[in-house]
Amino acid sequence: MSIFIDAGTTVIVQGITGRDGSFHAKQMLEYGTKIVGGVTPGKGGQTFERSVPIFNTMMEAVRGTGANTSVIYVPPMYAADAIMEAADAGIALVVAITEGVPVLDMTRVYPFVREKGARLIGPNCPGLITPGQAKVGIIPGRICTPGHVGVVSRSGTLTYEVVYQLTRAGLGQSTCVGIGGDPINGTNFIDCLAAFEQDPATRAVALMGEIGGTDEQEAARFVREQMSKPVVGFIAGQTAPPGRRMGHAGAIISGSAGTAAEKIAAFEEAGMGVARRPMDFVELLRARLRR
Amino acid sequence: MNIHEYQAKELLRAEGVPIPPGRVATTPDEAAEIAREYGGTVVVKAQVHAGGRGKAGGVKLAKSPEEARAVASRILGMQIKGLTVHQALVTPAADIASEAYVGIIVDRAAKRPVFMVSPAGGIDIEEVAATTPEKILKLPVDTRYGLQPYQAMQLGFFLYGDVKKVRAVARIMQQLYASFMRNGCSLAEINPLVTTPNGDVLALDAKMVLDDNELERHPELEALRDPTAEAPSEVQARNASLTFIKLDGNVGCVVNGAGLAMATMDLVKYYGGAPANFLDIGGSSNPEKVVNALRIITADPNVKAILFNIFGGITRTDDVANGIVSATEQNPLQVPIVIRLTGTNEEIAVKILEQHGFSAMTDMDTAVKRAVELARGGKAA
Repeated sequence: MSIFIDAGTTVIVQGITGRDGSFHAKQMLEYGTKIVGGVTPGKGGQTFERSVPIFNTMMEAVRGTGANTSVIYVPPMYAADAIMEAADAGIALVVAITEGVPVLDMTRVYPFVREKGARLIGPNCPGLITPGQAKVGIIPGRICTPGHVGVVSRSGTLTYEVVYQLTRAGLGQSTCVGIGGDPINGTNFIDCLAAFEQDPATRAVALMGEIGGTDEQEAARFVREQMSKPVVGFIAGQTAPPGRRMGHAGAIISGSAGTAAEKIAAFEEAGMGVARRPMDFVELLRARLRR
Repeated sequence: MNIHEYQAKELLRAEGVPIPPGRVATTPDEAAEIAREYGGTVVVKAQVHAGGRGKAGGVKLAKSPEEARAVASRILGMQIKGLTVHQALVTPAADIASEAYVGIIVDRAAKRPVFMVSPAGGIDIEEVAATTPEKILKLPVDTRYGLQPYQAMQLGFFLYGDVKKVRAVARIMQQLYASFMRNGCSLAEINPLVTTPNGDVLALDAKMVLDDNELERHPELEALRDPTAEAPSEVQARNASLTFIKLDGNVGCVVNGAGLAMATMDLVKYYGGAPANFLDIGGSSNPEKVVNALRIITADPNVKAILFNIFGGITRTDDVANGIVSATEQNPLQVPIVIRLTGTNEEIAVKILEQHGFSAMTDMDTAVKRAVELARGGKAA
């Protein structure tokens, strides 16, 4: 078992002929993900890697393949439109990798996607992977291994760092989800925690948050009130100066709100394990899995 | 991107918001001349990307051109929160009957722009929110439909009893919202929005923050950027497509990915050191980026050790290694360097580095500890 994606997931790549889209489409195919189609307007009728049919529109792609998932690699100014196109075509899970999507675009996209009943992950995220079954996005497959730790994070490379350490320590993962570093994203920590709580394959969760917003504080409350499985958390940005955007559009301390200290305090209050360093995850999770 | 008060006022004026005239002075003489033109009392206001200008002495009344010159000579060149004031806005003083706050901010929780208005204007809105939240009305706007007339009126009635003023302020709300959307803002505020004794409603101060992600769509707004308001190293980094923020410590950090970059800085502090910067070289492999990153970091005299922390997922670590080699061939390093890389093409990267006399580590914790020691004056490995 897993959350959001598994061996049966069928994927359309939006922007499959672009630089990033084609590179990662190949990587996903190599990992064994069922890439059933791609979309690039004007290239409908061609094939990608001699096996994947390309369509002009998402509507045609879904009709032609029956895919349930899409992954988006189009440039930032077109990403909002691509997300809405996927949701309108009946896609259930839309994963937007694109970084740099204007936040006001997301204020239109978010309610639209919800009304269509689709789940959006991202934007500005590395996507997700269920080790041994499927990967949708850009998380390097070889750093993961199947197992029982659910991973959810606002970051990309920090997630890889932690997952790689878990893998080397023999702690496999059920599913790893990068929810993205933007102020408005489709899926938050709570959505993932709730799914991990329901997932029989997941026995503990590693959560990597960062400064900015209150998503981690709400996640901590959810852990305390709704979760039976242990959760270990980490917050990046303890040394970040207030008012500066730390790379991720959402990683900014506004006034006195969104600091690492208040998030760590919320974790402690909820009885979560707190990793002070990325390398602390291994021991903290091991101790909790032993119980 | 932050813009100055006078620039925000120009954007709002273009939308029709009633704002008293004003001009920018860069010398005390210019300030005196502008004051003479307007006649009467003027306000001289420091143009700097920092809040609390008034408390810092950056906003002063002047009753005559001579006084304007004297006030401007104190304001121009002064430091506010570490930023030097290069420009001052000179504007006629207004008679004020009441002050209100109005602002729009993209609210992460509501996932929408939210209007915030308060009759307790002219002061710190965060303080009002903390002490007397009942004095603030919050109203989320669905951007698919825009601000509806009834919503604008609702905001107006929260501020004023007199329907004439309510209608005037409702119009200003529509104009503020239009400007917010047109310019791709993440924040826009008028504080204070005042009424005058003869019943006019005027915006006396304005602040706008533009979403950097919108600038591709609005290239004309890029011209509003004030490079003197940023550290020169940050301007240089932006031109090289690097995300860089200068800090006060002595361990220069080069990392791929924002989350890992923050975690690396935090770990430097955990081991008793202090990071000199935040620097994200991004996901794509490009030796040129590494060259630029090293140039920017080594230009900081505070930096006593350099720490590379690269997790090769998409980034190829051999590209990073080649970047380090070519950067240090161009400009030999004056400070010790600790290189940690792991992941894609790690074996090739380590070989490249060793051939050029560098040693590479694969463990993040050990590397950070070592960099902190070296910055403190410990011996190179």
